[in-house]
Amino acid sequence: MLPLKEKDKPIIQKLLSAGCCARCILRFCCVSVQAAYRKPPEETLEELQIFINDTKNDKCQDSVALDSTDEYKSKDAAESETSEDPPNKRAKLETSITDAQSEEGAAAVVKLKDGDSRVCVVCLGILQELCGTTQAVKITEAVKAGNYEFDTLVLSVSLPAQLCVREHSCWLHVKKEVREKGLVLNKDDVIQVKEAFKWIMQGMVAKELGGTAVVTKVSPFEVSVEFTHSETDADCHFLAATCPDCFKPTKNKQSVFTRMAVVKALEKIPDGKFLKHYPCPPKQPTSSCSPQEVQCLRVSVFVAGRYNKFCRSLPQTPWVIDGERRMESSVEELIAAPILSAFRADGFNFSSSGREDVDVRTLGNGRPFAMELLNPHKSRFSKEQMKQLQETINQSSDKIKVRDLQIVTREAMSRMKEGEEEKTKSYTALVWTQKPIQREDISFIDDIKDLTLDQKTPLRVLHRRALAVRQRAIHSMSTRFLDSHHFYLRLKTQAGTYIKEFVHGDFGRTNPNLCQLLKTNTDILELDVESVDVDWPPPVPE
Amino acid sequence: MESVEHEDTKANAPSVIDRYYTRWYRADMKGKPCEDHCILQHSNRICVITLAETHPILQNGRTIKCINYQISNGCSRLKNKVSGKSKRGGQFLTDFAPLCRITCTDETEYTIYSCIRGRLLEVNENILETPNLLLEKPSTEGYIAVILPKFEESKSITENLLNRDEFENIISKRSSAQSQPS
Ligand SMILES: [Zn+2]
Repeated sequence: MLPLKEKDKPIIQKLLSAGCCARCILRFCCVSVQAAYRKPPEETLEELQIFINDTKNDKCQDSVALDSTDEYKSKDAAESETSEDPPNKRAKLETSITDAQSEEGAAAVVKLKDGDSRVCVVCLGILQELCGTTQAVKITEAVKAGNYEFDTLVLSVSLPAQLCVREHSCWLHVKKEVREKGLVLNKDDVIQVKEAFKWIMQGMVAKELGGTAVVTKVSPFEVSVEFTHSETDADCHFLAATCPDCFKPTKNKQSVFTRMAVVKALEKIPDGKFLKHYPCPPKQPTSSCSPQEVQCLRVSVFVAGRYNKFCRSLPQTPWVIDGERRMESSVEELIAAPILSAFRADGFNFSSSGREDVDVRTLGNGRPFAMELLNPHKSRFSKEQMKQLQETINQSSDKIKVRDLQIVTREAMSRMKEGEEEKTKSYTALVWTQKPIQREDISFIDDIKDLTLDQKTPLRVLHRRALAVRQRAIHSMSTRFLDSHHFYLRLKTQAGTYIKEFVHGDFGRTNPNLCQLLKTNTDILELDVESVDVDWPPPVPE
Repeated sequence: MESVEHEDTKANAPSVIDRYYTRWYRADMKGKPCEDHCILQHSNRICVITLAETHPILQNGRTIKCINYQISNGCSRLKNKVSGKSKRGGQFLTDFAPLCRITCTDETEYTIYSCIRGRLLEVNENILETPNLLLEKPSTEGYIAVILPKFEESKSITENLLNRDEFENIISKRSSAQSQPS
């Protein structure tokens, strides 16, 4: 027995004649008992018919009975009666409605005769045949095919935007009756198609998956079903004329009629204007929605570590000029390839605490990096497995080395970028001088402390960065004499200091620079990063 | 690599300009003899405009009296401002847009031109304070301006320019022509 009340009857009556399916009728009656939606829709339809029919015959008695909660629970009698003798019931109903002689009643009769085969005017089939075992099996197959590792899953549903228009039209159709049912009831109290769909499908999918929890709110694993209905795509179009500011074209959207925009426009449009442009109730569609491919998405997993780069011809990220690949590999790719295959992820985003040029090595403890792994099919790794993975990366190339490889949270990743500017970095540069030098000519450099530089954005990066003068500090320097034209310069600097430009001056755009300090042209022949003093990610004990 | 005689003072490695920039030239700018300009194009398409070593300003021990980036009553290159990664607001220059006028103490005056189409990013204000930079280091610290060609024109802007060999040919012809009468 359905949890319906006397005041639902006019709503049911109107919606039946409008061509709504049984579950949509429950929605508009604001029925929030999930079990009611899980019943086979044919049964629900029959119960609805009995319900309105009984009212006609014996108003007082029935309304009392149906208002009593106890009565819903002891429904066995009513159900057995229905199943035993349906033709009789139907005949009775048809007679009674004919008796009522109302036009709506007559329409309802038509509806009842072939009700099951008709596509619902509101949900376009979503709560009819698209909401059953076939669909549950399809979802389950997609999940199994992806071979995901997961404890729970959450279903998400994407519906065609015109469903909102149809919902609104239907709401206007029964607004008066719904309001009479309860003073506080409003459009928001109507159960959403999405919600009803999930109530019905969650249990089915869980059963198909052999008992995996299908949860309502949050799970790291999301399975989405999308429905489209091209036949009624034009339903939304009148809104563009009535509410142009809701439908501004955007670059990356195929259509301006997004669900969000349609909902916004429907909130704004006055009832009268809506009714002028759109039929109420909505027109009968000829076909159901088409289900699109089921999409599975596991939330990103984040992996962090530190890397060394031992090669002077290896860019950090793939180097492409005019669409052509310049170097065969990159730090990013060497690290990512084994990780991607271990996590069976679809893609990744690589970030690091600063970056070095293609010809710069990164020595010492290495540079912190983090990777977002997109849609990882495998996500559980023990410390031992992570160590193994690190070993695999390190075996795969002698150009790089990784340490402290670990799984981190998204929040922890921000610690890498946090206060990056304040952190210090140490470098060693091989410097050439135009004038011949002696040991004592350069020793004064060792005494320079906290030298502030004014650095204009280097010409070598000016094409992709804003032009600005930035103040950067060189905390200390030390020199190691090599020969009359060469020495090693060790520098400890604020992060963000451009070392190459400090040495050669960048057309005098870095001030002061080493040319000025040494009063001769100087150039940088080699550069190594000795340390990146960021205390993240934490060391992983050996 | 430089010639053998220079090996003592020059590093084996090429200079910053040799490594990252391509040298392009315009000779006898606007038909004025020897007013040669040099355009250093970085591999990232940014161009630095400098005087060529052969420019009259750098000859005969001339000294500079003043450098003026105010090229007309209404337009000063010093007022150029660019903002953001996309360098909004920079003055757009065509091939023969004047960048500045340089007056020498012998009252000779020269106009320096942009040589290429593109957005003006900056002019060298250091040479206003220290004009000697222009004389002592014309191809580095004494640069005139930095220009960013349009992305789609970064190849075509150099079509009208001379490469280093072509320019050196012109210079050698020029000096042999000059030496003939004497
Ligand atoms: Zn429906």
